[in-house]
Amino acid sequence: MGFFEALVDIFTSESTYINGALFAALLLFAATGEWVAERAGTINISVEGMLLSGAFTTAVGYDLTQSAVLAILAGICGGLIVAFLQAEMSHRLSADQFVVGLTLNILVLGLTGFLDREIDPQTKVVDTWEIPILSDIPLIGQALFGQPWPFYLLYVLVPVSAWLVYRTRFGLDVRAAGENPQSADVSGIDVNKRRRQAIYYAGFTSGLGGAFLILVQVGQFEDSIVGGRGFIAIAAVIFGGWTIRGTIAGCILFAGALSFRLSIQGLGYQLNSELLQSLPFLVTIVGMAFFAHRVRPPAALAQPFVRGLK
Amino acid sequence: MTTVAEPTTNEKQASRIRQSARLGEWLVLYAVSILGAILISALLVTATGGEWQSVVTALLDGSMRNPGRWGETLGAAAPLLLVALGTVISSRAGLVNIGQEGQLAVGAAFATYFGFLIGGPGPLNLLVLLTFGAIGGALWAGIAALLRFWRGVPEVLSTLLLVAVAGQAVAYGLRWQWLLLAPSASRGNRNQVSEQLSPDRRLPNQVIFGNSFPISVYLAVIIALVVAFLLARSIWGFRLKMLGRNPRAAQHAGVSQNRYGSTALMIGGAFAGLAGAAMLAGGGFAFGNFQLVPGFSANIGWTGLLVALVARERALVCIPVALVFASLRTGSGFVASTGVEGRITDVIQGLLVLALLVPPAVMFIRDRRRARAATTART
Repeated sequence: MGFFEALVDIFTSESTYINGALFAALLLFAATGEWVAERAGTINISVEGMLLSGAFTTAVGYDLTQSAVLAILAGICGGLIVAFLQAEMSHRLSADQFVVGLTLNILVLGLTGFLDREIDPQTKVVDTWEIPILSDIPLIGQALFGQPWPFYLLYVLVPVSAWLVYRTRFGLDVRAAGENPQSADVSGIDVNKRRRQAIYYAGFTSGLGGAFLILVQVGQFEDSIVGGRGFIAIAAVIFGGWTIRGTIAGCILFAGALSFRLSIQGLGYQLNSELLQSLPFLVTIVGMAFFAHRVRPPAALAQPFVRGLK
Repeated sequence: MTTVAEPTTNEKQASRIRQSARLGEWLVLYAVSILGAILISALLVTATGGEWQSVVTALLDGSMRNPGRWGETLGAAAPLLLVALGTVISSRAGLVNIGQEGQLAVGAAFATYFGFLIGGPGPLNLLVLLTFGAIGGALWAGIAALLRFWRGVPEVLSTLLLVAVAGQAVAYGLRWQWLLLAPSASRGNRNQVSEQLSPDRRLPNQVIFGNSFPISVYLAVIIALVVAFLLARSIWGFRLKMLGRNPRAAQHAGVSQNRYGSTALMIGGAFAGLAGAAMLAGGGFAFGNFQLVPGFSANIGWTGLLVALVARERALVCIPVALVFASLRTGSGFVASTGVEGRITDVIQGLLVLALLVPPAVMFIRDRRRARAATTART
């Protein structure tokens, strides 16, 4: 069996697209919120912790209520808790945003690991909704329109986020806070408040992402279930040049790398597992190396704003 | 012409009172936030059906009180301190290196590979081992430096993503005998394990009152003193600081961001790699059996990074902080026997770091508010 045949096999099998869509969806849930936060000027590396915390609270919520809707609400709360700490510490107090984010990631990892052993919530994958006609499209029909229902939240979330950032007063404020906080401040925008709100939005979408991870993709909470995919979502935003279209493209590319690993094993090809494991990260690094210098970041990205200090 | 007024005794006294009030404020803030972190941890233990008193006892027993334990704690503190010192250097230049875990693993792998490749008599081989450990870590961080200064990739992300790659790369190397895997005769039925260092190639142990620890402890402390001196008193340290505080001013003063930035990042990696090599040659608590295995870095890189964050860029402060975090680590094994999940130490550690971030941030806000009040009062 040659390498070329293997590639053809992968691209003509429906499971590749289903896996790819699941990975891309998780990345997109996280990346959409991260994109908003970065447009406001924060590199929010606690998105990894937000996903993990959202996933854990979803699992606990489902275990307690046996209701997927309530579990998703619990997941949103989980994401928002981390967002609260990140936002208040980095943009009300002025602690360094990377330090706060990193600490939160480690704290959430320890906390969910600890509580998971103590509580051990039981969950399962929720029902699939087949969208008539659309789900019969060959190859991609099942992947895009034959998924468990929380998947379809994405079709609302992404356009709404784009509308919010590009077409509303709030979005204008957010972008102003990320591009030129001094001017924004002079024109009456509370820069740090807008930045906090953008982080809350990231917490909200990442909480949804965590819920998606539990209720659609995996079905059971495990220790360190997110496994660095939050970081890949951040890379997707940078790769996409801080536009929503680019972010979507980045998510699809990196999800391709993630699902390639599953597909090639599922089809019975043998490849070194360590190389496959690191493939998504390598693709991300190489992707950024090619595209990071071509795009222009928000001018005040990762710079704290304190009135009167430049 | 005006003469500068001498400060009167009253003013001197007032400023002294203000300073001691400030000191008191700092102490209160730190005490409150540390107590808060401990309180939340205790609540967590109680809420999940454990007893916090027994956890404290176990932590103290495991880290200090039981025979031979404080030696273990010192042994664990040495690599933490080394990693933290490297982080202090790179963050002094304004770079956020968070990939120490990977740099440490690569350093250990380089040490293993070149140590066995070059060979030589024991003590000399030990030197080779440590040197190549540092080189390995520096090269791995060098990738991130290259991406940062040549392709504009933020070093926060590249170092982070390289951690995942490093772990897999080392595991991959351990599959092949021409790389790291031990010859089949000496590895028994284990799959991914390197050859064991022979006793004459290990770091000598110091034994005091039944506590033994590798001499890398002394090495780490000496390096801490050297780093503290260089950062505070040398031109190089001053340039790094300038670069970190104001890159544009540094550029005008002739400090090349590319050159000093990538040097700082690579030195940070070198220290992590050195820590990896020292762990390999030092053995001891939880650092394996003088041989490389997958997952060898055992979170030392992450914890060392936390040490540096808590010490807030001050090299000498890293020493006590590293000791505290090493105690949590050596104590965690004893906690499991009390029926409380051992991972509670990860939670305590995270909460402690988060709590220690609060006081400086609060003081910053308060100082600014006071300064503004003073200006409005004057006008």
